[in-house]
Amino acid sequence: MKNNPYLPFPSKIIAVKQQTAIDWTFRFESGVTPVPGQFMEISIPGIGEAPISISDFGSGWIEMTIRKVGRLTNAVFELKPGAILYMRGPYGNGFDLERCCGKNLLIVAGGTGLAPVKSVISHFCRHRGSIQGFELIIGFKTPSDILFHDEIEEWRKTAGVILTVDHGDDAWHGCTGVVTRYIDDFEFHPGITEAIIVGPPLMMKFSALSLLQRGVPEERIVVSFERKMSCGIGKCGHCKIDNTYICLEGPVFEYSKARQLLD
Amino acid sequence: MLDGLAGKYRLIGPVRRKGQGAFSDTDVIGYGEFTSAEQLELHEKSYFSPKEFIFPIRETLFRFSGKQAEVPAEDERIMILFLRPCDINGIKRLDAIFIDNGGEQDFYYRRLREKVKFFMIECREEFNSCFCVSMNSNRTDDYSCALRFSDNTVLADLRDLEFADAFSGGEESPFTPEFVQENRIKVNVPPPEKIDYPALFEHPLWKEYTSRCIACGRCNTSCITCSCFSMQDVQYDRNGMLGERRRVWDGCHINGFTSMAGGHSFRSKNGDRMRFKTMHKINDFYRRFGFHMCVGCGRCDDVCPEYISFSACINKLNRIVGEAGNEK
Repeated sequence: MKNNPYLPFPSKIIAVKQQTAIDWTFRFESGVTPVPGQFMEISIPGIGEAPISISDFGSGWIEMTIRKVGRLTNAVFELKPGAILYMRGPYGNGFDLERCCGKNLLIVAGGTGLAPVKSVISHFCRHRGSIQGFELIIGFKTPSDILFHDEIEEWRKTAGVILTVDHGDDAWHGCTGVVTRYIDDFEFHPGITEAIIVGPPLMMKFSALSLLQRGVPEERIVVSFERKMSCGIGKCGHCKIDNTYICLEGPVFEYSKARQLLD
Repeated sequence: MLDGLAGKYRLIGPVRRKGQGAFSDTDVIGYGEFTSAEQLELHEKSYFSPKEFIFPIRETLFRFSGKQAEVPAEDERIMILFLRPCDINGIKRLDAIFIDNGGEQDFYYRRLREKVKFFMIECREEFNSCFCVSMNSNRTDDYSCALRFSDNTVLADLRDLEFADAFSGGEESPFTPEFVQENRIKVNVPPPEKIDYPALFEHPLWKEYTSRCIACGRCNTSCITCSCFSMQDVQYDRNGMLGERRRVWDGCHINGFTSMAGGHSFRSKNGDRMRFKTMHKINDFYRRFGFHMCVGCGRCDDVCPEYISFSACINKLNRIVGEAGNEK
């Protein structure tokens, strides 16, 4: 059965951290060594299987930040540390970190889109010397939707961070408005910038358009897609757009390619 | 001849299921196991393709029993599929997805596929709605045996000597199988490189299908080359994590095909699904593998409750692409 790509392996939950009411970070015991931006197919027998991006990883563990929105994730939220979950992967291409070296790195993340780029941010916080400028523009709907509070504060020590919410509340004294607003007013050097944008489709589209307008060439903007998938290995057909399988050739694409992927 | 094979092999061919049609007193022709040649339906096109024998409609991938995932054992017998050239060519398309695409082989498809031998039913006269000649799938030489059935005799072109014993009682006779030379329906597939994708995306052609297609998915399920599936978990016992994971056929016309948890989905209009399917069958698959996915069997036309014709759609598309080219 060694060559059976559909067989998942068991993985123990080591820790659970609540980010928001419906987004929790699960840390799993795992020998998997992924590339930032890759995803796993996670499952509970009898409930279902779904692709979830890896939000961070280290020696002997991987983390996934999961939103409680469906049949499988509802069941995952009932699991406590020590419980077993099944997974297979990692799948997808992930982010090419080499291309950022020596450049200014700008990451624009919206909502749960922060999860797949979190390990990129962690990486460059650890290897700050390998890039020049390091700027993050992170947006959420409301203050109660903010993920990775502690980490964001930590990142402020190494990177320029703009944290904004679409709608603030009385207790919110930070930035408000959509991320594109901050791309437009941002001080940076488009000529040597590598940009990563991850978030909902509309947010990615308008963020990319703003960056293009600011003079970042489209081959230096990458985005990450999200699609329904049943296999992760180019068989089930769900994630195909034109001639491109998101699970195989993606989920990370240069914008020059991504803008041609019409669905 | 077939009696000799029936004991040793699983024989699968087009059979008539009496009274099983969609309407009262109608039959349906599909692929099934049979034991004698009289059971074969050779005068009408089958409603369903033979694909369910290599890519089952519902297939258990494994059962969870406590902490173990157990893969069901397979039927060890060799399967002889009695099928026409278009379907043999169709299975080549399934091979492209399940074996070649993405670099990882599909374990379940492969283990069934390795057991399949093709006995080609010679097809000299087309049925309604066939357009195999245009799709270059009217002929093949990939078979263990080719058979010409006539009233009292069967002529066989035997290529795979594994089956020589079964034919030992027959007389030697010259026979070269013939193929359909021309269909009444001809399609002109627009050259893949000529398609201006963003412009075609917005074309009013697809609106027609939004108003006609009801997303029943019959075109997907009757197609020999549609290979999409979804995972489906079945739970036996919540506490013990007992259950099974299956895969089940899915299709790009069927509601929910792109739906993600949280409610986001793509191609909500049925015309957009028609566009997606059409481009896969005659454009993007070609760009990936070098041959078209559609084999022109015409089953999608036969089964559509809204009388949508795929061959007509291809020809319309070709006219649109041609006109756009002339304008430039």
